[in-house]
Amino acid sequence: MSQGMRLDGVSKTFGEGAQAVEALGPIDLVIEAGSFVAVVGPSGCGKSTLLRLLAGLDLQTAGRIARAGRPLEGPSRDVGIVFQEHVLFPWATVLENVLLPADVLGLPREPARARALHLLELTGLSDFAEKRPQHLSGGMKQRAALCRALLADPQILLLDEPFGALDALTREELSLFLSRNWDELGRTALLITHDIEEAVLLADRVLVMSPRPGRIRADIAVDLPRPRTIDTPRDPRFVEIKQKIRELIFTPAEL
Amino acid sequence: MRANRWTKRAATPVVYAALLVVWELTVRSFAVPQWILPAPSVIATTALQWAPELASNGLVTLIETAVGFLAALLLSLPAAAVIAFTDLPRRILYPIVLGLQSIPKVALAPLVTLWLGLGELPKITIVILVCFFPILVNVVAGLEAAPKPMLDLMRSLNASPMMTFRRLRVPVALPHLFTGCKIAITFAVIGAVIAEFVAAQRGLGYLILISTAQAQTPLAFAAILLLTLISVLLFYAIERVERRLIDWSP
Repeated sequence: MSQGMRLDGVSKTFGEGAQAVEALGPIDLVIEAGSFVAVVGPSGCGKSTLLRLLAGLDLQTAGRIARAGRPLEGPSRDVGIVFQEHVLFPWATVLENVLLPADVLGLPREPARARALHLLELTGLSDFAEKRPQHLSGGMKQRAALCRALLADPQILLLDEPFGALDALTREELSLFLSRNWDELGRTALLITHDIEEAVLLADRVLVMSPRPGRIRADIAVDLPRPRTIDTPRDPRFVEIKQKIRELIFTPAEL
Repeated sequence: MRANRWTKRAATPVVYAALLVVWELTVRSFAVPQWILPAPSVIATTALQWAPELASNGLVTLIETAVGFLAALLLSLPAAAVIAFTDLPRRILYPIVLGLQSIPKVALAPLVTLWLGLGELPKITIVILVCFFPILVNVVAGLEAAPKPMLDLMRSLNASPMMTFRRLRVPVALPHLFTGCKIAITFAVIGAVIAEFVAAQRGLGYLILISTAQAQTPLAFAAILLLTLISVLLFYAIERVERRLIDWSP
């Protein structure tokens, strides 16, 4: 569990005094190294807040977050993020966009370029390396964003509703792609999503969150074999887990 | 469809030519005095006759405009960076800048001439004054226009402020800079001419002033046309640079 993450009593409050809004927590959570954890919940349940805390983009109001046994101190090159929007720079080519972390972090140019080209090939974007993002479809842009997040070989991949802005077919195609290639891409991952099927297809564990303030209501193990494929959603066990999560989301927490 | 496209392409020049003909015929048939409204043919012959004077005076105005514009560009960029990225100087400077922006700069022309004399310097100064603010205000807006998700991305990579500036803020600000420049360059020509109106021995503004004073209306028209041409050409020159530098669409 060298590169896992650990949260102890982590909470986040926005604003102060009478206007204060409790967005999250307190949350206790351990994310084991190498595991794929999905977080589902209705909008406003604080799942994106959780991700921003783990990314070091925001600071928790209380509690402790540790990565690899050490307290988290802001953003780190060991964490790769795929945002909800692709956030590709329109003035740069796809390859330049994927190489951005190498430029910012000052990684050696040639190995970084080789890795970028490899990732683009893996995601089927080789022919678009020299194109501008405007020439890519929504799904291709998100794949390019995934390549960028993976470029510096981060220990942890944070996915903030990465397929949320895409149409249903592209979303399914991308989650199947991610699932298929998880052996190659695999590392510790945390996926924020509002798509239960996507969560179950990809994750080893699904955390169900409830809103106001965001708390983890259930922690469900997904004991489905890998690699998961297009047939996995027909597995009775898959359907069962999905149903269980659905019920957890749609029934009041008091019960 | 083919004929239709030809019509579309030809429409503008045909209409313009027709207007010139109407102008020519109106002036001739009503025998309008030349000092009130010269016919296009008279303006053309006058322009040819006075070509050397038009060229040398046009060059003076062009240089005043270009030098003033470039100086304003050089001055406004660092000022914009200071205003966009520092807190205290911003709070002190920006209200002054916005206040100064609302002063009609041409009203300052006589004062500037009084202070700086009769040479090129007061003209260039007026051009700087009219160009500075549109560029500054647009660049400040541009430097602050970087979308939050992109800033988050740079932050997630632990990018230094300098790196974020270079890799994100500058490209985002570039289209804003050109918007400012295109507004400024049209003001610049006006600024140069007005400064020449106040006191000058050279330049198209000077030429317009003395030719109208002597009722040489055709020459004034020729000078005004040349001035318009300079203004349009400078605008397109900036647009060309813009198209070369900004070849992406967001």
